[in-house]
Amino acid sequence: MTTPAQVLELSGLTVRRGGAAILDIPSFSLGENDFVSLIGPNGAGKTTLLLAIMGLVEAGKGCSLSYRGTPVDSAAAQLAFRRRIAMVLQEPLLFDATVYENVASGLKIRGVGGQELKERVYAYLERFKLAEMAKRSARKLSGGEARRVSLARAFAVEPELIFFDEPFANLDPPTRQSLTDDMDRVIRERGIAAILVTHDQSEALRLSNRVVVLNGGSIVQDGTPAAVMNAPVNEFVANFVGMETILEGVVLVNREQQMTLKVGDLELDAVGEQAPGEQAYCCIRPENVTVSIDPPYSSSARNVFKARIVETASLGPLLRLRLDCGFPLTSYVTRESFAKLGLVQGGTVFASFKASSVHPITKR
Amino acid sequence: MDLIFDGILQAFRLLFTLDREVLGIAWLSLKVSGLATLISLVLGIGLGTLIALTSFPGRKVLVSLVNTGMGLPPVVVGLFVSILLWRNGPLGFLELLYTPSAIVIAQSVIATPIVMGITIAAMQNLPANLRLQILALGATRTQLVWMLIKEARLPLMAGVMAGFGGVISEVGASIMVGGNVKGYTRVLTTATVMETGRGNFDIAIALSVILLLFCFLINYLLTLIQQRERPR
Repeated sequence: MTTPAQVLELSGLTVRRGGAAILDIPSFSLGENDFVSLIGPNGAGKTTLLLAIMGLVEAGKGCSLSYRGTPVDSAAAQLAFRRRIAMVLQEPLLFDATVYENVASGLKIRGVGGQELKERVYAYLERFKLAEMAKRSARKLSGGEARRVSLARAFAVEPELIFFDEPFANLDPPTRQSLTDDMDRVIRERGIAAILVTHDQSEALRLSNRVVVLNGGSIVQDGTPAAVMNAPVNEFVANFVGMETILEGVVLVNREQQMTLKVGDLELDAVGEQAPGEQAYCCIRPENVTVSIDPPYSSSARNVFKARIVETASLGPLLRLRLDCGFPLTSYVTRESFAKLGLVQGGTVFASFKASSVHPITKR
Repeated sequence: MDLIFDGILQAFRLLFTLDREVLGIAWLSLKVSGLATLISLVLGIGLGTLIALTSFPGRKVLVSLVNTGMGLPPVVVGLFVSILLWRNGPLGFLELLYTPSAIVIAQSVIATPIVMGITIAAMQNLPANLRLQILALGATRTQLVWMLIKEARLPLMAGVMAGFGGVISEVGASIMVGGNVKGYTRVLTTATVMETGRGNFDIAIALSVILLLFCFLINYLLTLIQQRERPR
């Protein structure tokens, strides 16, 4: 997928380890203000891709990288390029020094000193709510605080591109949420492109405008979050993203968290905090969607749609039904129910799900 | 007991009366071992870092050799440095044998593998991804090495202590390459050996106490630096 203004263009990237290719990316590009979520199983090559872009792992011959149209083809160009990027790794990897010194480290490397250094470091300490602990030893911080320092250290160099390699893994949900919000806020304030390696699909949906799925060192799908989640290109992606139904909608009304959203030409009830006019992704898990031959009048499900069975696929004891109700919807039924209801591919059913089964995520 | 007690008293008397000969010996010991430690620091940290940060065939063998070198017997070092500096030896033209410089060379040979071995271990104990993080922050290779050394400074300080402790207390190499020449190459250890041989136990104990005092003071100083209160 390409966008008109490319910040980064990469082609012919291969990385080999122990004789075997662990990364093979014919082409990859990053547009201005792109926020890419890089997803894939462990060992898919996500971290290696980020490191290869930074020139921190040896790429095979024939690899070319250009940044804003300028080739990054020498050691000097690579260093200059690396100094325009920041990377936050999975571990905070703070230095054995104060919080201030840690946040200052990238700037010092770039030769920033004196009053300018102090001002820039304090600006980012304030921004990440760290000013009060500036003089504390980085070794005495909690996990969340250390991650916050590593974020401040990365942003303090005011990068033009930023990479995150699962930066908030193993953190409790509230801390993770707060750090993700801070990260997202600063990225949007600064209007920079970013790549985030994540295993959290809702994080990918919430933050990014593009999802790249990597498997076995190759890019298997690259598209908008909704496209990747709703229209996986193959079985692997389908299984990996969990085939959750993800619909793009606009909130029409919200009365005490009881919302109605417009999805295509249809309306859908959901529970959430989004305000009218806000765009949101509606995520619906297949196990929460029930199918019946007749409309379920006695059910508490607020969402009932007439649907056509587009595809059936076996999942062991369950069958996965892909339905078309004006928007794509996925449901699981037992083989027994499938037979009992006399369902057939191409047949018509009623799909129903509760408003509380719709998980809305604000689209940015 | 009287012998030891008198020896200790004699040591303090010699120190506090600023006995010129004893002060000269003590000063030379400090100078020679300090300089040897400094040389071993430059060589040991430099080479140790290089070995720790690069991979090449035979690296494990080299690390094993360095580790073996950490326990190099001073007399063996003394023997080989003597051969090298001998009048007809390969470096005989330098005319360094039986000079303080010869002791510095021998002691540097003893201390360098100690510092090198501790440096390799210290560097390898740093988090595996720290190097990537430093480079990702935009560091050059030189900045990377400097920042890693800074991160490993506490164990490296232990290397300094071990290196200095190893050389200030060794006698074999100093006596072989220095010759224990009065007022020129006589250091605390060689003087102690000589006075013990002569049966002058009180002076030998005095010299030993001064040696112990030096060892303690230097290590105390380094420990203070190493254990200084971290910022809160």
